[in-house]
Amino acid sequence: MVRIVGIDLGTTNSLIAYMDGDHPHVIAGMHGQTKVPSIVGMTDNGVLVGDPAKEHLTRDPAKTIYSVKRFMGKSLNDVSEELTYFPYQLQEKNGVIRIEVGDRTFSPPQVSAMILKELKRRAEAHLGEEVSKAVITVPAYFNDSQRQATKDAGLIAGLEVLRIVNEPTAASLAYGLQKNTQGIIAVYDLGGGTFDVSILKLKDGIFEVLATNGNTHLGGDDFDRSLLEVMIRDIRERYQIEPAKHPDFMQAVRLEAERTKIRLSQEITALASVELPEGKGLYQRDWTRAEFETLVGAFVEQTLHPCRLALQDAELQASHIDEVVLVGGSTRIPLVRQQVEALFGKTPHCELNPDEVVALGAAVQAGILSGENRDMLLLDVTPLSLGIETMGGVMSTLIRRNTTIPASAKEMFTTYVDGQTSVDIHILQGERELIKDNRSLARFQLTVPPLPAGVPRVEVTFLIDANGILHVTAADVRTGQSQSVQVKPSHGLTDEEVEGMIRESFQFAAEDIQARQVIEARTEADAILMATEKALRQSTHLIQAEEKAEINKTLDDLRMVRERDDHRLIRNGISEVEKVTHHLAEVLMDVTLKEALENKKVSEVT
Amino acid sequence: MNEAAADPRSLPMARSMCWHCQSEVKGEYLCGRCIKVQPLSTELDYFSCLNLPRKLNIDRDEIEATFYRLNRVFHPDFYAKGDDHNEKTISLGNSALVNTAYRTLRDPIQRAEYLIRLEAGSAKEIRTAPPADLFEEILELQDDLNAFRAGDPKEHSAEMTKLRQTLQAAQASLTNRLQQLDAQLFEAFEVWDALQEETSDEAEAVRVRKEHVLEEMQGILSNRTYVRNIVNDVVATIK
Repeated sequence: MVRIVGIDLGTTNSLIAYMDGDHPHVIAGMHGQTKVPSIVGMTDNGVLVGDPAKEHLTRDPAKTIYSVKRFMGKSLNDVSEELTYFPYQLQEKNGVIRIEVGDRTFSPPQVSAMILKELKRRAEAHLGEEVSKAVITVPAYFNDSQRQATKDAGLIAGLEVLRIVNEPTAASLAYGLQKNTQGIIAVYDLGGGTFDVSILKLKDGIFEVLATNGNTHLGGDDFDRSLLEVMIRDIRERYQIEPAKHPDFMQAVRLEAERTKIRLSQEITALASVELPEGKGLYQRDWTRAEFETLVGAFVEQTLHPCRLALQDAELQASHIDEVVLVGGSTRIPLVRQQVEALFGKTPHCELNPDEVVALGAAVQAGILSGENRDMLLLDVTPLSLGIETMGGVMSTLIRRNTTIPASAKEMFTTYVDGQTSVDIHILQGERELIKDNRSLARFQLTVPPLPAGVPRVEVTFLIDANGILHVTAADVRTGQSQSVQVKPSHGLTDEEVEGMIRESFQFAAEDIQARQVIEARTEADAILMATEKALRQSTHLIQAEEKAEINKTLDDLRMVRERDDHRLIRNGISEVEKVTHHLAEVLMDVTLKEALENKKVSEVT
Repeated sequence: MNEAAADPRSLPMARSMCWHCQSEVKGEYLCGRCIKVQPLSTELDYFSCLNLPRKLNIDRDEIEATFYRLNRVFHPDFYAKGDDHNEKTISLGNSALVNTAYRTLRDPIQRAEYLIRLEAGSAKEIRTAPPADLFEEILELQDDLNAFRAGDPKEHSAEMTKLRQTLQAAQASLTNRLQQLDAQLFEAFEVWDALQEETSDEAEAVRVRKEHVLEEMQGILSNRTYVRNIVNDVVATIK
């Protein structure tokens, strides 16, 4: 049976899990940690991902990318407000953000692919087999472009993405499997960068999503930023330092803000301290939980409105909810728990680790797709209404939000002018009436035979698949002939671009391996250089000057090739040194042996 | 209802031959020989799809059970790991149809609208129309709405307060009317269902009566949509 893994590709942390028999299991790294920080560091010697990249963040912030999920499926304009907070430079090409690192640029799916590859490697090491198929989770409120971007990231990482599954629904699968729950549940999912709420009906193994709502730009990052802003103002006033001029220092403060936030979930007070730049000593500030709650209260408040809208769409009252499940690291914050409890009037569940529950659920979904689990079935919904532009800049809805997917809608198109040969169609997603207030997804052109106005009839089918991703097909009603539709995404990579990035990723992989081999060879060369130098010092009286000169020459050669980026040259240098030091090693061995024996004799005497 | 739809394990199919092994398919949605999933007929109406007679009173638990059962057969999750592109496409199409059928028939208003279109042919579109007896009242209400929109909502003048009160009263009266319309509609549901059971020899008479009920429901639905739109308008304006 082909193994399918489940991946939680998060804003701050990512995890990978698989089904171990009947139970989902999150794969831990070497030191037992299950979370891989979603951070990518670009170095001269290849790419760092996870914890090593997090360390890199304060050393080389301009080349370390974090929170890339916030840019998935977005244009530069969408994120303009928060640009100042990121240490790296952003550009835009064909409606897609590109992240500038040195002389290279990377699209968000490419950066996400680096995180996915690290997870893939982790799983392959743990399972001892190749991993090529995956379920990847996304926030329920992700639109079509964001989902497509996630799928592209999988492709670039060499993973076939069998399903994009919504994070809160994945979490409900993990809970449902564990507790065999029936009834209505609400999943409140507040992560690093996104907020989702889903209302589900659980009955006889069917997990039917009744409604979902959320905000793809609200999460723990915003809480960190609130603390960060206060501390930066503080530092500026107290020490006359402009923190923005020290990107590495800014990142250190940001990380300390995050740590303080986490401590304040456990403690009533916490002390934040960061080393100041220019050797100005230590910055320290006492925080109280009450102070923190005042700062982030408005953000927590913002999560309640989507909850009410979801209840309304599910045609339910808060009192109808049987159980409330908390997901995402930010639900550890006591204020969040209080607010959720007050809204639903129920003590929320948090038995499963809120950081791991989504990855566990992704593994359960992987089990369903692989055919191992035929008892459970997830019926999810599309979070946003889908429509097309009509006369006067108004959106005409074809598939309403919270419609069970797969869902399809058919629409007939004709011409307005005699001899017209094409019809332009603009697809949008959103809840507003005017197209300018909704998200532009894509445009395409139907070709029609030149006939009098109104005679051509082309039926277009809009189908949202089980991933929440749109597919468009068209057929000429008169001839019955179907026509291919070339959809141009407004904020997504084209198929050609994705293919190019897959090729590039192979090239990077080759570079990465190359870089690793050079590093390994250099380490070995350094070890042998040091050992030989030491041996020469110890044995000046034991070998001839000629021999010594020969050894010194090969050492010089090795020192020279060590600086080259070719591991084969370095290895050759190493074996040359090994060859000429053969005699020296023997001599030294004899001496050591003799000394050892003499020592022995001495010790026996005493 | 045709023979195939009577069996809960089968439905009208798009083709009479399995697309994969070419063996005969009589309506079973998984081929009897190669167990490949078969495409549902594109002509399939939503009532037949969910194994229901064309009646307007529906047992919600029953329709839900059918919906779950069909999704356990057609949902793309069960065809995800294979390499058979055809099977994936077919399961996607079938699943989308089942979902649309369920969404439409689950809701009584959409169910009635769908039945009218199905019985009368696609030409019969349900337009919105004000109830005849409310015509004058609605004209006045439109004037009041425009006057209220023109004024400053923050202003607490006697005039604005009076307008607000008038609009609130209209909202209450129209909401009441909506409930009356719903009651009338559900009465018509009973009449239609009884006619569907009718087995008398006077087929022509039954047909005429059915047509009459459909027309009556269409009138109620037109009024209902109109009144509901106005209520929404009032609510949004005085919010």
